[in-house]
Amino acid sequence: MSASAPGATFIVLMLPFLAAIIAPWLTRRLGHNAAWLLALAPVAIFLHFLGFSSEIATGGIVTGGFKWVPSYNVSFSWLIDGLSLTFVLLISGIGALIMLYSGGYLKGHDQLGRFLSFMLLFMGAMLGVVISDSFLMLFVYWELTSITSFLLIGFDHSREASRRAALQALVVTGAGGLALLAGLLVIWNITGVSQISLLLNYGDELRESPFYLLALLLVLGGAFSKSAQFPLHFWLPNAMEAPTPVSAYLHSATMVKAGVYLLMRLNPVLGETLWWETILPLFGGTTLIVGTLLAIRQTDLKLMLAYTTVSSLGLLVMLTGFGSEHAIAAAVLYLVAHSLFKGGLFMVAGLIDHEAGTRDVTRLGGLRKAMPITFVAAMAAAISMAGLPPFIGFLAKEEIYYALWAVDPWSLAFVAVAVVGNGLMFVIGFAVAIKPFFGPAVKTPKAAHEGPVLLWLGPLTLGVAALVMALLSPITHRFISSPMASAVAGGAETVSISLIPHIGAPLMLSLVTIGFGIIAYRMLDRLRAGMISLLAAIGWGPDHGFDQLIAGLVRLSVAVTRFVQPGRLEIYMTVTFLMIAAALIAPMAWYGEWPSMPAWPADVQFHELVVFSMVIIGLLAVIYARDRLTAIVSLGIQGFAVALIFMLFGAPDLSFTQFMVETLAVVILALVMTRLRLTASDHRPTLQKAFDMSVAVACGGGFMLYLLAVTQQPFNTALSDFFAAYSKLVAHGSNVVNVIIVDFRGTDTLGEIAVVMITGLAILSLIRIRTPRVAVADNDPDLTDVTDHKAEVR
Amino acid sequence: MEPLFAILVGALFTVAIYLFLSKHVIRILMGASILGNAVNLLIFTAGRVTREVPPIILADSDSLSDAAANPLPQALILTAIVISFSFFAFLLVLGYRAFQELKTDRSDEMRVAEPLGEQSPPTGY
Repeated sequence: MSASAPGATFIVLMLPFLAAIIAPWLTRRLGHNAAWLLALAPVAIFLHFLGFSSEIATGGIVTGGFKWVPSYNVSFSWLIDGLSLTFVLLISGIGALIMLYSGGYLKGHDQLGRFLSFMLLFMGAMLGVVISDSFLMLFVYWELTSITSFLLIGFDHSREASRRAALQALVVTGAGGLALLAGLLVIWNITGVSQISLLLNYGDELRESPFYLLALLLVLGGAFSKSAQFPLHFWLPNAMEAPTPVSAYLHSATMVKAGVYLLMRLNPVLGETLWWETILPLFGGTTLIVGTLLAIRQTDLKLMLAYTTVSSLGLLVMLTGFGSEHAIAAAVLYLVAHSLFKGGLFMVAGLIDHEAGTRDVTRLGGLRKAMPITFVAAMAAAISMAGLPPFIGFLAKEEIYYALWAVDPWSLAFVAVAVVGNGLMFVIGFAVAIKPFFGPAVKTPKAAHEGPVLLWLGPLTLGVAALVMALLSPITHRFISSPMASAVAGGAETVSISLIPHIGAPLMLSLVTIGFGIIAYRMLDRLRAGMISLLAAIGWGPDHGFDQLIAGLVRLSVAVTRFVQPGRLEIYMTVTFLMIAAALIAPMAWYGEWPSMPAWPADVQFHELVVFSMVIIGLLAVIYARDRLTAIVSLGIQGFAVALIFMLFGAPDLSFTQFMVETLAVVILALVMTRLRLTASDHRPTLQKAFDMSVAVACGGGFMLYLLAVTQQPFNTALSDFFAAYSKLVAHGSNVVNVIIVDFRGTDTLGEIAVVMITGLAILSLIRIRTPRVAVADNDPDLTDVTDHKAEVR
Repeated sequence: MEPLFAILVGALFTVAIYLFLSKHVIRILMGASILGNAVNLLIFTAGRVTREVPPIILADSDSLSDAAANPLPQALILTAIVISFSFFAFLLVLGYRAFQELKTDRSDEMRVAEPLGEQSPPTGY
């Protein structure tokens, strides 16, 4: 590539986000026709990355990027190989068609601009996931897809079902994203590299690490939640609450494939172990069967397709975990085929819904004449989904059977799973494509007729693409399947399957599948009734479990909040003071650093003892005072005694301030509090008093011990010496305390003045609030009384 | 002298905290006032105690004599006294207004912000 490629690639990666910014504005100007212009963004992305295809087809890998946080070795870097290129082309190609389809589908919707903007955001996030080289970037984009899909699924936010589905998708896939982050960090820790392109050389180290299983399970948590593997599948069908373009995009080529992408991407480093080759096929196979069975039950076209998406994802996971070359080739082909036919079928379902007014398959029929183009697109997609020639779905299915077929119990079990799954998908595919179009015309809520070009262009193009890719299979394999399979396998691979069938087991299995499918299709109504009664008998599913989980979380948080924050001041204070006491005493007890027992100070003088006891007497009087006034006066006694202590021990400034402050405090307290009819003394029960006192003693004793321990240490006089030496020489003041306050620590004093001023303002505003705000009724007899008090205070 | 000061500080803290826990606004206020004294004496003692010689540089000298008291804790305490007084005044007015509005001086009866029997939040979506 040319030297400007990194810059160009970066701009192209940002293009969806830029388009998302202008989308609302453009839509206001041009209405739904803005979709034509906005579709240019994905088209440009498609063309830009198509330019890489010849280089990738010859086995090349393109990396590029910028340093992001160099000190942590984090970069914004991308990796383009066969795997990411195929994904990018699917995302941008289908994305362009979806943009057009959205414009037609939500034509006239007053939130269309917002919708297109979300779609583009999602597209940008999804591109980022598949092209990221650095772990962090992968994670960021991964969670971005969760968030943007939340916005898309909850687009119709006035409906509760929609909000629930959006939240569910966010919780499930977002939690999976966190598991992925943890998994990537474990991998980073094991290998020391944080880039996928470098990681590919560390496969053996990773597999031999004791933390391999941990990393694997965490990564699988991310992949399985995103790709809706049983039992985390439930969010995907619920996401059908979104407008159909969202389903057609998220559930065909993008969002749900992100998990499969991750598995394929890490297959060379995490794969080929017993764990990998057991967990993946088991979960994938289960998901395949459960998905198809649940799909049978549905009559809503979109839900039928949604459940087959679940099962297709199961099939992909199963194949990825199978480990053989053909299984990987089959997964690659099926992934491409599924993106094309599922995108097409969703768009067809939306088109039928849009034109006929319902998507209940039992209320549709005979639309073939009214909607011929839709019918052609539906048939093309259904044939591909059923795995019939000449569509790419046929190639995929042949390759699947080719990969799975072997005569041992493990393989035969999965062959059986694949036959049943494929057969049932055959049924659903044709149920969606045939039921609404054949048979007698059914009266639909709207008189059905062919939709506008914006709506049928997408499904038709995808159908044609599925046909062309199969007819030109050598070219498809050269540019798409083989490079992608090589990237997944971690070594050169060649995919060679063509429309000319192998004579052998795969063809036989295909015939068995088709036969099974036809029989099941004829029995569809009975199968559906059976599934409905079976599910009713089970009664509980993960979807219901999600509700219980969320409700449980809410109840738990309520209980925790009520416990931690009971709204009672004394509980908060008790806990706080117990903590303080523990913080003071526990370190001394733990390290055994109790202060030594002090000797009685020999130089203590009588008048000092008198002052000290005045403080104690004042304190006791405060506690035992029988009425308020005594208590307040006793408070004054201890305050003045403290002022005397300052005086006796060389602090006349403190003494003076303390006298003033204590006087003011006592006077104000006496003035204000005697106006209120306050309870005179303490009415705590004795037991409560004893408990409170022990908390207080623990805390006060802690401070005493702490102070004793501190004063028994040698005193560092560095700071005091500094002030003593420089107060006069530098600051030209003799009173060292004053010099410190107004000079050395002048800014601090400024802050203090500000605090005093703010407190004054707060006091003023408290006093001047006139209207009683709370809990005072209009006819309250005390009301006049209250206003009188206020007037007096003022 | 410091051990006596330590005992005094412990007593002041004990009484202040005991008053704090009493649920009555006026007693909490008195506790706040006492707590200020406790903290001030704590700082004062931690800077070591000297008798009767204030930290003032004499006219014929350029630096403080060794016998003088430690000036640094005094400067800190001077700031602390003023701030604790302004907070005391604020708490006083707050308690007074709370009594006017809520008709109670007990902290456990002041439940306007967090009423008892509050409804659980909805568990829907």
